[in-house]
Amino acid sequence: MTSVLFDVPGPKARLRSRIISIVGTIAIAVGLVVLVMVLAAPRTTAAGAVIPGMFDPIRWDIILDGRMWNAIIFRGLAATLRMAAAAAVLAILIGILFSFGRTARSRWIRVPVAVLLEFFRGMPVLLLMFFTLLVFGTGQYWAGVAGLAVYNGAIIGEALRSGIQSLPRGQRESGLAIGLTPVQTRMMIEFPQAFRQMLPIIIAQLVVLLKDTSLAFIIGYQELINIGVRQLQNTYGNRYFFTLFFVVLVVYLTVNLLLSWLARIIARRTSGGYVSRWRRKETDPGLAVVRAPDAGMGGGMSGTGGGGPA
Amino acid sequence: MDAVIENFPVFLGGFWATIRLLVLSGAGAIVLGVIIAAMRISPVGAFRAFATVYTEILRNIPLTLVLFFCAFLLPYLEIKLDYFVLAVIGLTAYTSPFIAEAIRSGINGVSIGQAEAARAIGLDFAQTLRLVVMPQGIRMVIPPLLNVIIALTKNTSVAGGFFVVELIASSRQVINLRGDAVIAILLAVAVFYLVITVPLGQVAARLERKVAVFR
Repeated sequence: MTSVLFDVPGPKARLRSRIISIVGTIAIAVGLVVLVMVLAAPRTTAAGAVIPGMFDPIRWDIILDGRMWNAIIFRGLAATLRMAAAAAVLAILIGILFSFGRTARSRWIRVPVAVLLEFFRGMPVLLLMFFTLLVFGTGQYWAGVAGLAVYNGAIIGEALRSGIQSLPRGQRESGLAIGLTPVQTRMMIEFPQAFRQMLPIIIAQLVVLLKDTSLAFIIGYQELINIGVRQLQNTYGNRYFFTLFFVVLVVYLTVNLLLSWLARIIARRTSGGYVSRWRRKETDPGLAVVRAPDAGMGGGMSGTGGGGPA
Repeated sequence: MDAVIENFPVFLGGFWATIRLLVLSGAGAIVLGVIIAAMRISPVGAFRAFATVYTEILRNIPLTLVLFFCAFLLPYLEIKLDYFVLAVIGLTAYTSPFIAEAIRSGINGVSIGQAEAARAIGLDFAQTLRLVVMPQGIRMVIPPLLNVIIALTKNTSVAGGFFVVELIASSRQVINLRGDAVIAILLAVAVFYLVITVPLGQVAARLERKVAVFR
Protein backbone atom coordinates (compact mmCIF):
# COMPACT_ATOMS: atom_id res chain seq x y z
CA MET A 1 0.00 0.00 0.00
CA THR A 2 1.68 3.17 -1.13
CA SER A 3 0.63 6.52 0.16
CA VAL A 4 1.59 10.10 -0.47
CA LEU A 5 2.13 10.36 3.27
CA PHE A 6 5.37 8.41 3.39
CA ASP A 7 8.22 7.17 1.22
CA VAL A 8 8.23 3.77 -0.43
CA PRO A 9 9.08 1.42 2.47
CA GLY A 10 12.51 -0.20 2.49
CA PRO A 11 13.31 -3.80 3.51
CA LYS A 12 13.29 -3.03 7.26
CA ALA A 13 9.92 -1.28 7.17
CA ARG A 14 8.48 -4.02 4.98
CA LEU A 15 9.60 -6.67 7.45
CA ARG A 16 8.15 -4.71 10.35
CA SER A 17 4.81 -4.28 8.62
CA ARG A 18 4.72 -7.96 7.74
CA ILE A 19 5.32 -8.89 11.38
CA ILE A 20 2.59 -6.51 12.53
CA SER A 21 0.13 -7.94 10.05
CA ILE A 22 0.89 -11.54 11.06
CA VAL A 23 0.63 -10.75 14.77
CA GLY A 24 -2.58 -8.80 14.14
CA THR A 25 -4.14 -11.63 12.16
CA ILE A 26 -3.24 -14.14 14.87
CA ALA A 27 -4.62 -11.87 17.62
CA ILE A 28 -7.95 -11.49 15.86
CA ALA A 29 -8.15 -15.21 15.08
CA VAL A 30 -7.36 -16.17 18.68
CA GLY A 31 -9.96 -13.72 19.95
CA LEU A 32 -12.63 -15.25 17.72
CA VAL A 33 -11.67 -18.81 18.67
CA VAL A 34 -11.82 -17.97 22.39
CA LEU A 35 -15.24 -16.39 21.91
CA VAL A 36 -16.56 -19.49 20.11
CA MET A 37 -15.07 -21.82 22.72
CA VAL A 38 -16.57 -19.86 25.61
CA LEU A 39 -19.96 -20.00 23.90
CA ALA A 40 -19.60 -23.69 23.11
CA ALA A 41 -18.56 -24.74 26.60
CA PRO A 42 -21.28 -26.40 28.70
CA ARG A 43 -22.05 -24.61 31.94
CA THR A 44 -22.92 -25.83 35.40
CA THR A 45 -25.48 -23.76 37.24
CA ALA A 46 -25.39 -22.95 40.95
CA ALA A 47 -28.01 -25.66 41.46
CA GLY A 48 -25.67 -28.25 39.90
CA ALA A 49 -27.53 -28.74 36.61
CA VAL A 50 -25.43 -28.81 33.43
CA ILE A 51 -26.51 -26.43 30.66
CA PRO A 52 -25.42 -27.53 27.17
CA GLY A 53 -23.12 -25.20 25.22
CA MET A 54 -24.51 -22.68 22.78
CA PHE A 55 -23.55 -24.73 19.72
CA ASP A 56 -24.97 -27.98 21.06
CA PRO A 57 -27.16 -29.64 18.40
CA ILE A 58 -30.18 -29.73 20.72
CA ARG A 59 -30.26 -25.95 20.51
CA TRP A 60 -30.13 -25.82 16.73
CA ASP A 61 -32.59 -28.44 15.46
CA ILE A 62 -35.31 -25.79 14.96
CA ILE A 63 -33.25 -24.34 12.11
CA LEU A 64 -34.74 -27.15 10.01
CA ASP A 65 -38.27 -26.55 11.29
CA GLY A 66 -40.38 -24.98 8.56
CA ARG A 67 -42.93 -23.69 11.06
CA MET A 68 -40.28 -21.62 12.77
CA TRP A 69 -39.29 -19.99 9.47
CA ASN A 70 -42.95 -19.50 8.65
CA ALA A 71 -43.47 -17.54 11.82
CA ILE A 72 -40.24 -15.55 11.35
CA ILE A 73 -40.84 -14.60 7.73
CA PHE A 74 -44.60 -14.44 7.32
CA ARG A 75 -45.50 -13.04 10.71
CA GLY A 76 -42.41 -11.31 12.10
CA LEU A 77 -40.71 -9.92 9.02
CA ALA A 78 -44.05 -9.25 7.33
CA ALA A 79 -45.22 -7.15 10.29
CA THR A 80 -41.94 -5.24 10.28
CA LEU A 81 -42.10 -4.58 6.53
CA ARG A 82 -45.77 -3.59 6.76
CA MET A 83 -44.95 -0.92 9.29
CA ALA A 84 -41.85 0.22 7.38
CA ALA A 85 -43.72 0.50 4.07
CA ALA A 86 -46.59 2.54 5.49
CA ALA A 87 -44.20 4.78 7.43
CA ALA A 88 -41.90 5.26 4.40
CA VAL A 89 -44.71 6.45 2.12
CA LEU A 90 -46.06 8.79 4.79
CA ALA A 91 -42.56 10.05 5.65
CA ILE A 92 -41.88 11.06 2.03
CA LEU A 93 -45.25 12.83 1.79
CA ILE A 94 -44.62 14.61 5.09
CA GLY A 95 -41.11 15.44 3.91
CA ILE A 96 -42.49 17.10 0.77
CA LEU A 97 -44.96 19.12 2.86
CA PHE A 98 -42.21 20.13 5.28
CA SER A 99 -39.92 21.26 2.48
CA PHE A 100 -42.78 23.35 1.05
CA GLY A 101 -43.41 24.92 4.42
CA ARG A 102 -39.73 25.55 5.06
CA THR A 103 -39.30 27.41 1.77
CA ALA A 104 -42.61 29.31 1.89
CA ARG A 105 -42.54 33.02 1.04
CA SER A 106 -44.55 34.04 4.09
CA ARG A 107 -42.64 34.21 7.33
CA TRP A 108 -45.84 33.17 9.16
CA ILE A 109 -45.55 29.75 7.56
CA ARG A 110 -41.78 29.41 7.31
CA VAL A 111 -40.87 30.11 10.94
CA PRO A 112 -43.44 27.86 12.66
CA VAL A 113 -42.63 25.02 10.25
CA ALA A 114 -38.92 25.43 10.99
CA VAL A 115 -39.59 25.29 14.73
CA LEU A 116 -41.80 22.23 14.35
CA LEU A 117 -39.16 20.53 12.24
CA GLU A 118 -36.41 21.16 14.76
CA PHE A 119 -38.73 19.86 17.47
CA PHE A 120 -39.45 16.58 15.67
CA ARG A 121 -35.82 16.08 14.72
CA GLY A 122 -34.70 16.51 18.29
CA MET A 123 -37.13 13.90 19.62
CA PRO A 124 -36.42 10.23 20.16
CA VAL A 125 -38.71 8.24 17.86
CA LEU A 126 -39.74 6.18 20.85
CA LEU A 127 -41.16 9.27 22.56
CA LEU A 128 -43.20 10.12 19.45
CA MET A 129 -44.54 6.56 19.42
CA PHE A 130 -45.51 6.76 23.09
CA PHE A 131 -47.16 10.10 22.49
CA THR A 132 -49.31 8.75 19.65
CA LEU A 133 -50.13 5.61 21.58
CA LEU A 134 -51.13 7.29 24.83
CA VAL A 135 -52.64 10.54 23.59
CA PHE A 136 -54.49 9.34 20.50
CA GLY A 137 -55.00 5.73 21.60
CA THR A 138 -54.25 4.46 18.10
CA GLY A 139 -52.99 1.00 18.90
CA GLN A 140 -49.39 -0.11 18.51
CA TYR A 141 -49.28 -0.36 14.71
CA TRP A 142 -50.43 3.17 14.00
CA ALA A 143 -48.45 4.57 16.91
CA GLY A 144 -45.34 3.05 15.37
CA VAL A 145 -46.20 4.25 11.86
CA ALA A 146 -47.00 7.78 13.05
CA GLY A 147 -43.84 8.10 15.14
CA LEU A 148 -41.62 6.86 12.31
CA ALA A 149 -43.41 8.91 9.63
CA VAL A 150 -43.20 12.21 11.49
CA TYR A 151 -39.59 11.83 12.57
CA ASN A 152 -38.27 10.59 9.24
CA GLY A 153 -40.53 13.04 7.40
CA ALA A 154 -38.75 15.87 9.21
CA ILE A 155 -35.35 14.55 8.16
CA ILE A 156 -36.40 13.89 4.54
CA GLY A 157 -37.98 17.36 4.47
CA GLU A 158 -34.66 18.94 5.42
CA ALA A 159 -32.83 16.86 2.82
CA LEU A 160 -35.29 17.93 0.10
CA ARG A 161 -35.01 21.57 1.13
CA SER A 162 -31.24 21.55 0.90
CA GLY A 163 -31.54 19.77 -2.43
CA ILE A 164 -33.84 22.51 -3.74
CA GLN A 165 -31.63 25.25 -2.37
CA SER A 166 -28.57 23.84 -4.03
CA LEU A 167 -30.17 24.14 -7.47
CA PRO A 168 -29.04 27.14 -9.51
CA ARG A 169 -31.56 29.98 -9.39
CA GLY A 170 -31.99 29.79 -13.11
CA GLN A 171 -33.90 26.51 -12.77
CA ARG A 172 -36.72 28.22 -10.94
CA GLU A 173 -36.51 31.43 -12.96
CA SER A 174 -36.81 29.63 -16.26
CA GLY A 175 -39.81 27.70 -14.97
CA LEU A 176 -41.54 30.91 -14.00
CA ALA A 177 -40.46 32.57 -17.27
CA ILE A 178 -42.24 30.01 -19.42
CA GLY A 179 -45.43 30.69 -17.49
CA LEU A 180 -45.54 27.90 -14.91
CA THR A 181 -46.97 28.80 -11.53
CA PRO A 182 -44.61 28.63 -8.52
CA VAL A 183 -46.22 25.34 -7.44
CA GLN A 184 -45.87 23.87 -10.93
CA THR A 185 -42.26 24.99 -11.06
CA ARG A 186 -41.62 23.29 -7.75
CA MET A 187 -43.34 20.08 -8.77
CA MET A 188 -42.09 19.78 -12.35
CA ILE A 189 -38.63 21.32 -12.23
CA GLU A 190 -37.25 21.62 -8.71
CA PHE A 191 -38.51 18.48 -6.95
CA PRO A 192 -37.42 15.98 -9.63
CA GLN A 193 -33.86 17.34 -9.44
CA ALA A 194 -33.84 17.64 -5.66
CA PHE A 195 -35.11 14.07 -5.31
CA ARG A 196 -32.45 12.78 -7.59
CA GLN A 197 -29.71 14.65 -5.81
CA MET A 198 -30.88 13.61 -2.36
CA LEU A 199 -31.78 10.03 -3.24
CA PRO A 200 -28.79 8.52 -1.41
CA ILE A 201 -29.77 10.33 1.78
CA ILE A 202 -33.44 9.47 1.40
CA ILE A 203 -32.73 5.78 0.87
CA ALA A 204 -30.26 5.72 3.75
CA GLN A 205 -32.99 7.25 5.87
CA LEU A 206 -35.42 4.55 4.76
CA VAL A 207 -32.94 1.90 5.91
CA VAL A 208 -32.87 3.67 9.28
CA LEU A 209 -36.66 3.68 9.24
CA LEU A 210 -36.77 -0.05 8.65
CA LYS A 211 -34.39 -0.65 11.54
CA ASP A 212 -36.37 1.69 13.75
CA THR A 213 -39.57 -0.31 13.31
CA SER A 214 -38.00 -2.51 15.99
CA LEU A 215 -38.63 0.33 18.46
CA ALA A 216 -42.28 -0.68 18.22
CA PHE A 217 -41.20 -3.84 20.03
CA ILE A 218 -40.93 -1.67 23.14
CA ILE A 219 -44.53 -0.44 22.83
CA GLY A 220 -45.65 -4.03 22.28
CA TYR A 221 -46.12 -4.28 18.50
CA GLN A 222 -45.75 -7.87 17.30
CA GLU A 223 -42.83 -7.41 14.89
CA LEU A 224 -39.75 -9.42 14.02
CA ILE A 225 -38.02 -9.31 17.41
CA ASN A 226 -41.21 -9.82 19.39
CA ILE A 227 -42.38 -12.80 17.35
CA GLY A 228 -38.94 -14.20 16.60
CA VAL A 229 -37.38 -14.10 20.03
CA ARG A 230 -40.23 -13.65 22.51
CA GLN A 231 -43.11 -15.62 21.10
CA LEU A 232 -41.17 -18.45 19.52
CA GLN A 233 -39.15 -18.85 22.70
CA ASN A 234 -42.42 -19.44 24.53
CA THR A 235 -43.47 -21.96 21.90
CA TYR A 236 -40.21 -23.86 21.55
CA GLY A 237 -38.68 -23.42 24.98
CA ASN A 238 -35.95 -21.48 26.68
CA ARG A 239 -33.09 -23.53 25.32
CA TYR A 240 -33.64 -22.08 21.84
CA PHE A 241 -33.20 -18.49 23.05
CA PHE A 242 -29.70 -18.12 21.60
CA THR A 243 -30.65 -19.79 18.32
CA LEU A 244 -33.75 -17.67 17.81
CA PHE A 245 -31.81 -14.51 18.53
CA PHE A 246 -29.24 -15.56 15.97
CA VAL A 247 -31.95 -16.22 13.36
CA VAL A 248 -33.53 -12.80 13.89
CA LEU A 249 -30.09 -11.20 13.64
CA VAL A 250 -29.42 -12.91 10.33
CA VAL A 251 -32.81 -11.87 8.93
CA TYR A 252 -32.18 -8.23 9.85
CA LEU A 253 -28.67 -8.33 8.41
CA THR A 254 -29.88 -9.86 5.15
CA VAL A 255 -32.66 -7.33 4.60
CA ASN A 256 -30.60 -4.31 5.59
CA LEU A 257 -27.49 -5.29 3.67
CA LEU A 258 -29.65 -5.78 0.57
CA LEU A 259 -31.16 -2.32 1.00
CA SER A 260 -27.75 -0.74 1.69
CA TRP A 261 -26.34 -2.39 -1.39
CA LEU A 262 -29.23 -0.99 -3.42
CA ALA A 263 -28.64 2.45 -1.90
CA ARG A 264 -24.99 2.31 -2.85
CA ILE A 265 -25.78 1.41 -6.45
CA ILE A 266 -28.28 4.24 -6.70
CA ALA A 267 -25.86 6.65 -5.06
CA ARG A 268 -23.17 5.77 -7.57
CA ARG A 269 -25.59 6.18 -10.47
CA THR A 270 -26.96 9.53 -9.40
CA SER A 271 -23.65 11.04 -8.38
CA GLY A 272 -22.45 10.83 -11.96
CA GLY A 273 -25.53 12.67 -13.20
CA TYR A 274 -25.83 16.17 -14.56
CA VAL A 275 -27.23 17.57 -11.32
CA SER A 276 -24.23 16.85 -9.22
CA ARG A 277 -21.88 18.79 -11.39
CA TRP A 278 -22.89 21.91 -9.50
CA ARG A 279 -22.24 20.50 -6.08
CA ARG A 280 -20.15 17.46 -6.52
CA LYS A 281 -18.80 17.54 -2.96
CA GLU A 282 -22.23 17.37 -1.40
CA THR A 283 -23.37 14.50 -3.56
CA ASP A 284 -20.34 12.33 -2.91
CA PRO A 285 -22.50 9.48 -1.62
CA GLY A 286 -20.36 8.64 1.36
CA LEU A 287 -19.85 12.16 2.58
CA ALA A 288 -23.42 13.22 1.88
CA VAL A 289 -24.82 10.40 3.97
CA VAL A 290 -22.42 10.78 6.86
CA ARG A 291 -22.70 14.55 6.89
CA ALA A 292 -26.46 14.56 6.66
CA PRO A 293 -28.29 15.79 9.75
CA ASP A 294 -28.34 13.02 12.34
CA ALA A 295 -25.69 11.16 10.38
CA GLY A 296 -28.32 8.69 9.24
CA MET A 297 -28.51 7.44 12.80
CA GLY A 298 -31.99 8.60 13.67
CA GLY A 299 -33.42 6.62 16.50
CA GLY A 300 -31.34 3.84 15.01
CA MET A 301 -28.64 4.26 12.46
CA SER A 302 -28.05 3.97 8.75
CA GLY A 303 -26.64 1.07 6.88
CA THR A 304 -25.30 2.88 3.86
CA GLY A 305 -21.60 2.95 3.40
CA GLY A 306 -19.49 5.98 4.02
CA GLY A 307 -17.10 6.94 1.28
CA GLY A 308 -14.50 4.24 1.25
CA PRO A 309 -10.85 5.08 0.88
CA ALA A 310 -9.84 5.23 -2.75
CA MET B 1 -48.73 20.87 34.47
CA ASP B 2 -49.03 20.21 38.20
CA ALA B 3 -48.30 16.54 37.50
CA VAL B 4 -44.94 17.61 36.08
CA ILE B 5 -44.12 19.93 38.99
CA GLU B 6 -45.18 17.40 41.64
CA ASN B 7 -43.00 14.69 40.12
CA PHE B 8 -40.11 16.91 39.12
CA PRO B 9 -37.58 14.89 41.17
CA VAL B 10 -38.54 11.76 39.21
CA PHE B 11 -37.87 13.56 35.92
CA LEU B 12 -34.59 14.91 37.21
CA GLY B 13 -33.57 11.38 38.20
CA GLY B 14 -34.42 10.17 34.71
CA PHE B 15 -32.63 13.10 33.10
CA TRP B 16 -29.52 12.38 35.17
CA ALA B 17 -29.60 8.74 34.07
CA THR B 18 -29.93 9.85 30.43
CA ILE B 19 -26.95 12.18 30.82
CA ARG B 20 -24.86 9.42 32.39
CA LEU B 21 -25.82 7.00 29.60
CA LEU B 22 -24.91 9.65 27.04
CA VAL B 23 -21.54 10.59 28.56
CA LEU B 24 -20.38 7.05 29.36
CA SER B 25 -21.43 5.43 26.11
CA GLY B 26 -20.36 8.50 24.13
CA ALA B 27 -16.87 8.36 25.60
CA GLY B 28 -16.70 4.59 25.15
CA ALA B 29 -17.90 4.86 21.55
CA ILE B 30 -15.33 7.53 20.72
CA VAL B 31 -12.48 5.39 22.09
CA LEU B 32 -13.73 2.28 20.31
CA GLY B 33 -14.57 4.28 17.18
CA VAL B 34 -11.06 5.73 16.92
CA ILE B 35 -9.62 2.22 17.21
CA ILE B 36 -11.99 0.89 14.54
CA ALA B 37 -11.27 3.84 12.25
CA ALA B 38 -7.53 3.33 12.69
CA MET B 39 -7.93 -0.37 11.87
CA ARG B 40 -10.05 0.52 8.86
CA ILE B 41 -7.37 2.76 7.31
CA SER B 42 -4.39 0.69 8.48
CA PRO B 43 -2.18 -1.11 5.95
CA VAL B 44 -2.76 -4.44 7.77
CA GLY B 45 -5.30 -6.44 5.81
CA ALA B 46 -6.59 -8.44 8.75
CA PHE B 47 -7.36 -5.26 10.72
CA ARG B 48 -9.11 -3.73 7.74
CA ALA B 49 -11.24 -6.82 7.20
CA PHE B 50 -12.14 -7.10 10.88
CA ALA B 51 -13.08 -3.41 11.12
CA THR B 52 -15.15 -3.62 7.93
CA VAL B 53 -17.10 -6.67 9.09
CA TYR B 54 -17.61 -5.17 12.56
CA THR B 55 -18.90 -1.93 11.05
CA GLU B 56 -21.20 -3.59 8.54
CA ILE B 57 -22.75 -5.93 11.10
CA LEU B 58 -23.34 -3.40 13.84
CA ARG B 59 -24.69 -0.77 11.48
CA ASN B 60 -27.19 -3.13 9.95
CA ILE B 61 -28.89 -4.47 13.02
CA PRO B 62 -31.37 -2.36 14.99
CA LEU B 63 -30.32 -0.84 18.29
CA THR B 64 -33.31 -2.56 19.89
CA LEU B 65 -31.81 -5.92 18.99
CA VAL B 66 -28.38 -4.92 20.33
CA LEU B 67 -29.88 -3.83 23.64
CA PHE B 68 -32.07 -6.94 23.69
CA PHE B 69 -28.86 -8.94 23.43
CA CYS B 70 -27.32 -6.99 26.31
CA ALA B 71 -30.36 -7.06 28.56
CA PHE B 72 -31.48 -10.68 28.03
CA LEU B 73 -28.85 -12.73 26.25
CA LEU B 74 -25.77 -11.67 28.22
CA PRO B 75 -27.46 -12.57 31.55
CA TYR B 76 -28.58 -15.82 29.87
CA LEU B 77 -24.91 -16.46 29.09
CA GLU B 78 -24.21 -16.05 32.82
CA ILE B 79 -22.76 -12.54 32.51
CA LYS B 80 -24.32 -10.85 35.50
CA LEU B 81 -24.03 -7.09 35.35
CA ASP B 82 -26.21 -4.19 36.31
CA TYR B 83 -28.72 -3.30 33.56
CA PHE B 84 -27.28 0.18 33.42
CA VAL B 85 -23.81 -1.21 32.66
CA LEU B 86 -25.29 -3.58 30.08
CA ALA B 87 -27.06 -0.66 28.39
CA VAL B 88 -23.83 1.35 28.29
CA ILE B 89 -22.07 -1.63 26.68
CA GLY B 90 -24.83 -1.95 24.09
CA LEU B 91 -24.95 1.76 23.25
CA THR B 92 -21.15 1.92 23.05
CA ALA B 93 -20.93 -1.04 20.70
CA TYR B 94 -23.79 0.24 18.55
CA THR B 95 -22.45 3.81 18.28
CA SER B 96 -18.77 2.99 17.70
CA PRO B 97 -19.01 2.15 13.96
CA PHE B 98 -20.83 5.40 13.30
CA ILE B 99 -18.10 7.29 15.14
CA ALA B 100 -15.52 5.41 13.09
CA GLU B 101 -17.27 6.30 9.84
CA ALA B 102 -17.57 9.94 10.87
CA ILE B 103 -13.85 10.08 11.58
CA ARG B 104 -13.04 8.34 8.33
CA SER B 105 -15.27 10.67 6.31
CA GLY B 106 -13.61 13.67 7.92
CA ILE B 107 -10.12 12.46 7.24
CA ASN B 108 -11.02 11.54 3.67
CA GLY B 109 -12.39 15.08 3.35
CA VAL B 110 -8.85 16.50 3.46
CA SER B 111 -7.88 16.71 -0.17
CA ILE B 112 -4.97 14.59 -1.28
CA GLY B 113 -3.27 17.67 -2.74
CA GLN B 114 -2.63 18.95 0.77
CA ALA B 115 -0.59 15.89 1.66
CA GLU B 116 1.14 15.99 -1.72
CA ALA B 117 2.08 19.62 -1.22
CA ALA B 118 3.39 18.90 2.28
CA ARG B 119 5.53 16.09 0.91
CA ALA B 120 6.69 18.25 -1.96
CA ILE B 121 8.10 20.92 0.37
CA GLY B 122 10.03 18.20 2.18
CA LEU B 123 7.99 17.47 5.31
CA ASP B 124 8.33 13.92 6.59
CA PHE B 125 5.47 11.58 7.54
CA ALA B 126 5.04 12.88 11.11
CA GLN B 127 5.24 16.52 10.06
CA THR B 128 2.78 16.05 7.21
CA LEU B 129 0.32 14.47 9.58
CA ARG B 130 0.85 16.87 12.49
CA LEU B 131 1.12 20.16 10.61
CA VAL B 132 -1.01 19.71 7.52
CA VAL B 133 -3.43 16.79 7.51
CA MET B 134 -4.56 16.47 11.14
CA PRO B 135 -5.39 20.15 11.82
CA GLN B 136 -7.73 20.08 8.83
CA GLY B 137 -8.93 16.54 9.48
CA ILE B 138 -10.00 17.27 13.05
CA ARG B 139 -11.99 20.32 11.98
CA MET B 140 -13.70 18.21 9.34
CA VAL B 141 -14.42 15.43 11.81
CA ILE B 142 -16.05 17.43 14.59
CA PRO B 143 -19.39 18.33 12.90
CA PRO B 144 -20.23 14.75 11.83
CA LEU B 145 -19.04 13.51 15.22
CA LEU B 146 -21.44 15.89 16.96
CA ASN B 147 -24.24 14.62 14.72
CA VAL B 148 -23.51 11.10 15.92
CA ILE B 149 -23.55 12.26 19.55
CA ILE B 150 -26.91 13.97 19.00
CA ALA B 151 -28.30 10.75 17.58
CA LEU B 152 -26.85 8.89 20.56
CA THR B 153 -28.73 11.23 22.89
CA LYS B 154 -31.98 10.16 21.29
CA ASN B 155 -30.88 6.53 21.21
CA THR B 156 -30.43 6.43 24.99
CA SER B 157 -34.24 6.37 25.09
CA VAL B 158 -34.20 2.78 23.84
CA ALA B 159 -32.47 1.73 27.06
CA GLY B 160 -35.70 2.79 28.77
CA GLY B 161 -37.34 -0.24 27.19
CA PHE B 162 -34.79 -2.52 28.87
CA PHE B 163 -34.97 -1.92 32.62
CA VAL B 164 -32.91 1.28 32.70
CA VAL B 165 -34.83 4.08 34.38
CA GLU B 166 -33.87 7.02 32.19
CA LEU B 167 -36.12 9.85 30.96
CA ILE B 168 -38.63 7.75 29.01
CA ALA B 169 -38.93 5.05 31.67
CA SER B 170 -39.31 7.58 34.47
CA SER B 171 -42.02 9.38 32.50
CA ARG B 172 -43.87 6.07 32.26
CA GLN B 173 -43.71 5.80 36.05
CA VAL B 174 -45.22 9.25 36.37
CA ILE B 175 -47.89 8.43 33.77
CA ASN B 176 -48.90 5.41 35.85
CA LEU B 177 -49.56 7.78 38.75
CA ARG B 178 -51.11 10.61 36.74
CA GLY B 179 -52.85 9.13 33.71
CA ASP B 180 -54.84 12.36 33.34
CA ALA B 181 -51.79 14.47 32.46
CA VAL B 182 -50.19 12.37 29.70
CA ILE B 183 -49.67 15.25 27.27
CA ALA B 184 -47.99 17.53 29.83
CA ILE B 185 -45.74 14.73 31.04
CA LEU B 186 -44.57 13.70 27.57
CA LEU B 187 -44.02 17.32 26.54
CA ALA B 188 -41.87 17.79 29.64
CA VAL B 189 -39.77 14.80 28.60
CA ALA B 190 -39.49 16.30 25.11
CA VAL B 191 -38.15 19.52 26.60
CA PHE B 192 -35.52 17.59 28.55
CA TYR B 193 -34.27 15.98 25.34
CA LEU B 194 -34.29 19.30 23.49
CA VAL B 195 -32.15 20.80 26.27
CA ILE B 196 -29.42 18.40 25.15
CA THR B 197 -29.97 18.08 21.41
CA VAL B 198 -30.69 21.68 20.34
CA PRO B 199 -27.47 23.27 21.72
CA LEU B 200 -25.39 20.41 20.31
CA GLY B 201 -27.11 20.87 16.95
CA GLN B 202 -26.38 24.61 17.01
CA VAL B 203 -22.70 23.97 17.69
CA ALA B 204 -22.56 21.38 14.91
CA ALA B 205 -24.23 23.73 12.43
CA ARG B 206 -21.89 26.60 13.33
CA LEU B 207 -18.79 24.43 12.97
CA GLU B 208 -20.15 23.04 9.71
CA ARG B 209 -20.37 26.60 8.33
CA LYS B 210 -16.85 27.36 9.51
CA VAL B 211 -15.51 24.25 7.83
CA ALA B 212 -17.41 25.04 4.64
CA VAL B 213 -15.47 28.29 4.25
CA PHE B 214 -12.16 26.66 3.53
CA ARG B 215 -13.42 23.56 1.78
